[in-house]
Amino acid sequence: MSRSPAIVRYLRRLAGFMLVYMILIFATGYVFRHMPPEKPFAYLVAVLPALPILGVFWTIFRLLVEETDEYMRMMFVRQSLFATAFCLTIMTMWEFLQNYEVVPAGHGGFGAAFFWFMGLGIGAIWNRFTGTDGPCA
Amino acid sequence: MKNHLKSLRAERGWSQQDLGDRLQISRQSVNAIETGKYDPSLPLAFRIAALFGAKIEEIFEAEA
Repeated sequence: MSRSPAIVRYLRRLAGFMLVYMILIFATGYVFRHMPPEKPFAYLVAVLPALPILGVFWTIFRLLVEETDEYMRMMFVRQSLFATAFCLTIMTMWEFLQNYEVVPAGHGGFGAAFFWFMGLGIGAIWNRFTGTDGPCA
Repeated sequence: MKNHLKSLRAERGWSQQDLGDRLQISRQSVNAIETGKYDPSLPLAFRIAALFGAKIEEIFEAEA
């Protein structure tokens, strides 16, 4: 399938934000290890790696706006809703597991964004299998 | 909703990709419409009708 202009822009933006994320995650780690900033400046430095993640969310939502192929847009919306449901399910269950101290507190480095993106990947597979070209169509 | 898109396309010897290019939509979208998995919006239905020089109701019909 030839990529729509909206998909091309999405991929370019995604690559850009992921590159910035990689730079910031290592830079922020380096700063906190070797020259830990004082509060309140530490707040600002600590959230820096989150900014490109917000950019990725923006990139996905722009795709939903810019994609002119209405069927493909519907599939992307479905994929995003699947990701949201997946993320909320995992985080809600995890919260209750922690509330009753079945699992240790903390998130082990896996935040909501991690599970949302995981859900987005599974949603793409779900679309693949249930879309018109898939074996479950 | 049933439609006659596949036969109209076949009469012209177009592939799904050919039709998609003419309508500026993906082959997947053409396939979804042809197989009844997806009903197009009214603007897209008008574009399809204009492309085939037919009325919308000559291409799409409500299932009883």
